[in-house]
Amino acid sequence: MTTVEERTEPGGRPLSRDELRSFLREMLLIRRFEEKVEERFRAGELPGFLHVAIGQEAVATGVCAALAREDVIASTHRAHGHAIAKGTPVERLMAELYGKVEGCSRGYGGSMHLYDLEVGNLGANAVVAGGIPGIVGAALAFQMRGEARVAAAFFGDGATNTGTFHESLNLAQLWKLPAVFVLENNGWAESTPASQHLPLPVEKLGKRAAAYGMKLIEADGQDVEAVYLAALAAREHALSGKGPVLLHLRTYRLTGHYVGDPQVYRDKEELARERATRDPIELLKARLELPDDDWAALDAEVTAEVEAAVAFAKAGTDPKPEDALKYVYA
Amino acid sequence: MPELTYREAVRDALRKALREDERVFLMGEDIAEMGGSMAVTQGLLEEFGPQRVRNTPISEMAIVGSGIGAAIQGMRPVVEIMYEDFLTLSMEQLVNQAAKHRTMSGGQVRVPLTVRTQGGAGWSPGAQHAQQLEAWFVHVPGLKVVFASTPEDVRGLLWSSIYDDNPVLFFEHRTLYPIKGEVPEELEPIPLGKARVHREGEDVTVVATGRLVHEALRAAEEAERDGVSVEVVDPRTLLPLDEETIIASVRKTTRCVTAHEAVTRGGFGAELAAVIQHGAFDWLDAPIERVGAKFAPLPFAPVMEQYVVPHAEDVYEAIRRTVARG
Repeated sequence: MTTVEERTEPGGRPLSRDELRSFLREMLLIRRFEEKVEERFRAGELPGFLHVAIGQEAVATGVCAALAREDVIASTHRAHGHAIAKGTPVERLMAELYGKVEGCSRGYGGSMHLYDLEVGNLGANAVVAGGIPGIVGAALAFQMRGEARVAAAFFGDGATNTGTFHESLNLAQLWKLPAVFVLENNGWAESTPASQHLPLPVEKLGKRAAAYGMKLIEADGQDVEAVYLAALAAREHALSGKGPVLLHLRTYRLTGHYVGDPQVYRDKEELARERATRDPIELLKARLELPDDDWAALDAEVTAEVEAAVAFAKAGTDPKPEDALKYVYA
Repeated sequence: MPELTYREAVRDALRKALREDERVFLMGEDIAEMGGSMAVTQGLLEEFGPQRVRNTPISEMAIVGSGIGAAIQGMRPVVEIMYEDFLTLSMEQLVNQAAKHRTMSGGQVRVPLTVRTQGGAGWSPGAQHAQQLEAWFVHVPGLKVVFASTPEDVRGLLWSSIYDDNPVLFFEHRTLYPIKGEVPEELEPIPLGKARVHREGEDVTVVATGRLVHEALRAAEEAERDGVSVEVVDPRTLLPLDEETIIASVRKTTRCVTAHEAVTRGGFGAELAAVIQHGAFDWLDAPIERVGAKFAPLPFAPVMEQYVVPHAEDVYEAIRRTVARG
């Protein structure tokens, strides 16, 4: 097991305050985006249903910052943060949630099917573990063509109990593919706690890598700097020809499974404690000792960006009903 | 024209694609040294090496899923699922991923993946090595479905499937691998969505797929001796379906029998019957007869197996029923 302790990039370069501040900005953008989305959903403006990843922003930001633009990701049903961090503009995401032509999936996908091939987002996936094998195949294509790119799959602890997960990691390790399997371990499979879905302690879930002889890298998923450094190391390993990496990040979902989830299954005190102590944005803000006015300015900036995204989405174009059949076949 | 077996014809298309196009590669269980459980890929490992002819673990979900991922990245993978029965293990990736990526992405994604598989009764494999599941996939928007019955068709259709920009389920029939047939000297692609009229006739149209094409041709000869002229049409591609050719044939003959080895209930014949009654209602002189397997998992003992699956006699009897209506 590798634990990234030292606070430097491979090569020894420490992260600058500006870099950390840009991580903070992106995490806050994701947070304000998701809070806005919840608000607009409750106001009845958004069709369908939503899963937000409030509390998990450091994973999306840290991992995607370590990836190159030409690297690809597959996301999950809890996808907004991954999409923003990989580079899709928030107005195109918001437009997608409003079902508009200007959306990143042109209104065909919705919250659980956010795609943006231009920035390497191969799609969020509404089937738990559904996106993992596609990442194995993308990594295979990169390897066969000799391209220095990696493919990264996000998934949660719940996904590690599927056959798809097992088959995918087994195959990727067998062929030493340049893939990073990003385990966002928030300890919940929807409403079922790890104690009811894992036969090993939740914090030991990374041990599953050993079953495949796969490199394991672990980091605190609430510490964006640690996530970033671990992801850099994972990317480097995957590109070295030594095979894929299971990147195990312990994180916390500070909300319900879906927007509107009353969370009857969850201990309220524990949740309050997690909110008070494990919020990745609060943790980084404290570490940077950001002055109040600086924080307020940052918040105002990203809040305005989100408001502009809502305005953009509301002014967007409704698809023509008959365009529903436009992309069934290439 | 040279003669090839159906097996050699499949291999010929694969070999030509592998030779001409670096994007093409094969993945599947036992396809390398062993040459596949049906010996279809024999010799390809030797010619193209282990990078392009890949043995995989027994992981149908990962085989199909990684094929999808590679296809999206611009490769043209041809994956083999050893038996159609094992498609059940990859259904999530076929139905939720391969078929839907293009629509869900608003047209950003293409999945040029070919999934070859085979099945079919006639050799007592029992219930889990012989199903005919093609109808399931005809129900899934975003997939294409091919079922070829002759060496010429299987070669030309496989080529077109590899070069189609959509995921294609490519069904082969186990008992057809040894049959021989003439093929053009040079591989000629056969477009997807075009039926083939195997035999022209005036009184009854039999629309048949896979092994039943051959059974239908035998039944047609038998009927000919009774003075009944039978046309035999093989759609070859079930999705998209060449409705025009089929409807034109039935409008001419005014009677129709559908025939496949899969169970009759919910089978592809039901879809054909619906298409035909709508397109040729005023021309029909008899109810459309459906020939298929009896509604049972395939039993092992040869006598029971033969009882369950349809044969030329079943097609012949169905033809007789349609002409008996006057």
